[in-house]
Amino acid sequence: MTTKEVNFTVHHVARIEGHGNIIVNAKDGKIEECKWEVPESPRFFESMLRGLSYSDVNFIAPRICGICAVAHANASITAVEAAFGVKPTEQYSLLRDTLFDAETFTSHVLHTYFLVAPDFFNVGSVIPLAATHTDVVLRALRLKKFGNDWADILCGRKTHPISQVAGGFVKLPTVEQLKWIKDKLEGEVMQDMAITVDLFKTLKFPDFTRETEYIALTKPDEYAFILGMIGSSDCKPVPINDYLSMTNEFCVPQSTAKWTKHLRESYQVGALARFNVNHDKLHPKAKKVAQELGLKAPCHNPYFISVAQLVETMHTVENSIMVLDKLLSKGIKPEKPEVKVKAGRGVGAVEAPRGILFHDYTFDDDGKCIAANIIIPTNENHNSIQHDFNKLLPEIIDKPQDEIKKLMEMLVRAYDPCVSCSTHMLEVKFK
Amino acid sequence: MKPRVAFFDFTGCEGCQLEVLNFNLEIVDLIGAVDIVEFREASSDHSEEYDIAFIEGSQTTQKDVERVQKIREKAGILVALGACSCTGGVNALKNRFPMEENLKVVYGDAAKYYTTIPTRPTSAYVKVDVHLHGCPPNRNEVISLVKCLLTGKKFELCHNPVCVECKLAENVCAFERGEFCLGPVTRGGCNAVCVTAGRKCWGCRAPVDEPNINSEKELLAKYGLTVDDVLNQFKLFNGALEVSK
Repeated sequence: MTTKEVNFTVHHVARIEGHGNIIVNAKDGKIEECKWEVPESPRFFESMLRGLSYSDVNFIAPRICGICAVAHANASITAVEAAFGVKPTEQYSLLRDTLFDAETFTSHVLHTYFLVAPDFFNVGSVIPLAATHTDVVLRALRLKKFGNDWADILCGRKTHPISQVAGGFVKLPTVEQLKWIKDKLEGEVMQDMAITVDLFKTLKFPDFTRETEYIALTKPDEYAFILGMIGSSDCKPVPINDYLSMTNEFCVPQSTAKWTKHLRESYQVGALARFNVNHDKLHPKAKKVAQELGLKAPCHNPYFISVAQLVETMHTVENSIMVLDKLLSKGIKPEKPEVKVKAGRGVGAVEAPRGILFHDYTFDDDGKCIAANIIIPTNENHNSIQHDFNKLLPEIIDKPQDEIKKLMEMLVRAYDPCVSCSTHMLEVKFK
Repeated sequence: MKPRVAFFDFTGCEGCQLEVLNFNLEIVDLIGAVDIVEFREASSDHSEEYDIAFIEGSQTTQKDVERVQKIREKAGILVALGACSCTGGVNALKNRFPMEENLKVVYGDAAKYYTTIPTRPTSAYVKVDVHLHGCPPNRNEVISLVKCLLTGKKFELCHNPVCVECKLAENVCAFERGEFCLGPVTRGGCNAVCVTAGRKCWGCRAPVDEPNINSEKELLAKYGLTVDDVLNQFKLFNGALEVSK
């Protein structure tokens, strides 16, 4: 029996987007407090969007998040398209798919290299690695820069996107630009990905499991990122319009973010949830990466979210090579996005890098927004993080305080939280 | 000693900090020239000592206001980074409604647990030395500011309207495409990125200091618009700014 006290608070956990605190208070191995707090200042997007025209809504909504602005743009645009009954053309769908791949690719590279990797090198950030592991940092920067360039070509600017509107793109990429992206993907990016996979093979992820429900968009014939049905590890898929029956939001005093649950005490969304629900639809190289890194469905270790992200990064590369082939074989045709405004409600859904994201708008006859509801993946994961903490802390309570702190911070970071969406998070408080 | 640089995030999307990370390869050189002591989005190392403080986001609670005032006391130079800090940005859209209504719409019955104050620019609370406008700010402008600070040169904001850069980019005028563009009266420095990408200017970089009022009036008359239309349109990113007609 230990006779020590473990008391700490990590205030504003670093290397996550947004603010969160971890509070732990234990005496003689008995846990008195173990809390995941989300003190982010609320931003009131659902209230702010009221009264704006649908096109301003689409332009403003990505400002919810600087990292996954393209995901928010697409959740917002698919909601407007659902409300107005817009059916995307094949060319628009393909361009949107490769833009979305660029989003997932860039965000996963940022997260795995810049936010997660420093933990494995025992440094506070990627900055000291620039001197000690220059090749790693240069590769990370190269991959990220390419991801940005890839998205910039398609939407004008990754943070915050410009060219995509309801019904299509107002500015189309040239054939040369698409060829440039494809050449990069097939050449330099594939090589860098192979080295990245080798690097990941050397990382040892903490051993911890907690089985829970996993929720992700799903489609019969592809690894879903945009629309589809809402899939779950625990039940049959449900239509996107019924999302409220899955999310069941509730407020908790320790958080400005709303929490969610479905069939169990909590559910998880994000790369690992997608992998668990949709792994059989991954492209071959991505499947091979999963196999090489020991990721098998169903995986119940949340630290492996980062591994699932790397698997998905490979999937986006393979997917976009195929999408670009299709676009290039047909050439780029001029298309003018058109929508017919009408009163009504539309729900849009995408798999943001961090998990399933819903935008739900109601418009009046003039296309002005009269009501908005937005459910972001990070909020869906707060409850899962708390329940992971509840199981993890007793398992590691005998370890030194610094190690406990690091394992808990790493767990939060694995979820890749992006709390600015409505709230910020990450400080571990040991009181 | 290298200047110690700190980034502080308040209420916002953190896209401005991300744009700094997006310097990509240049960031490696810049990092060598300064000492980044606080950058929570990318680093868990932090320090209470700094010379240059970048403020990202709006101050939307009383605690935020006190925090930014403390930062001001310590910082030699305080930079407002991005629209939310410079003008309130999109966060000021909530000022169109009573705060109780915003809380009720988002939190319903749980509204009583939360507080919020109307959004104002950071300069409403503390002295701001440099404003780096934009949603998001322009990377090159951030780099040129850091270079000026390192070499002691005076940093100059762009004093042209977006329109000038748009013409240099040889874009078809957004008005000609039937759009209502704020390019003629918005501060440039963004290379007219939104018009170049096929849309219009939304005014995220705030009004230019000395707009050509006569030419704007002619333009508005030509397209059947009024000064009030312009002010209304400006509210999307500048709702907390007092703009005179």
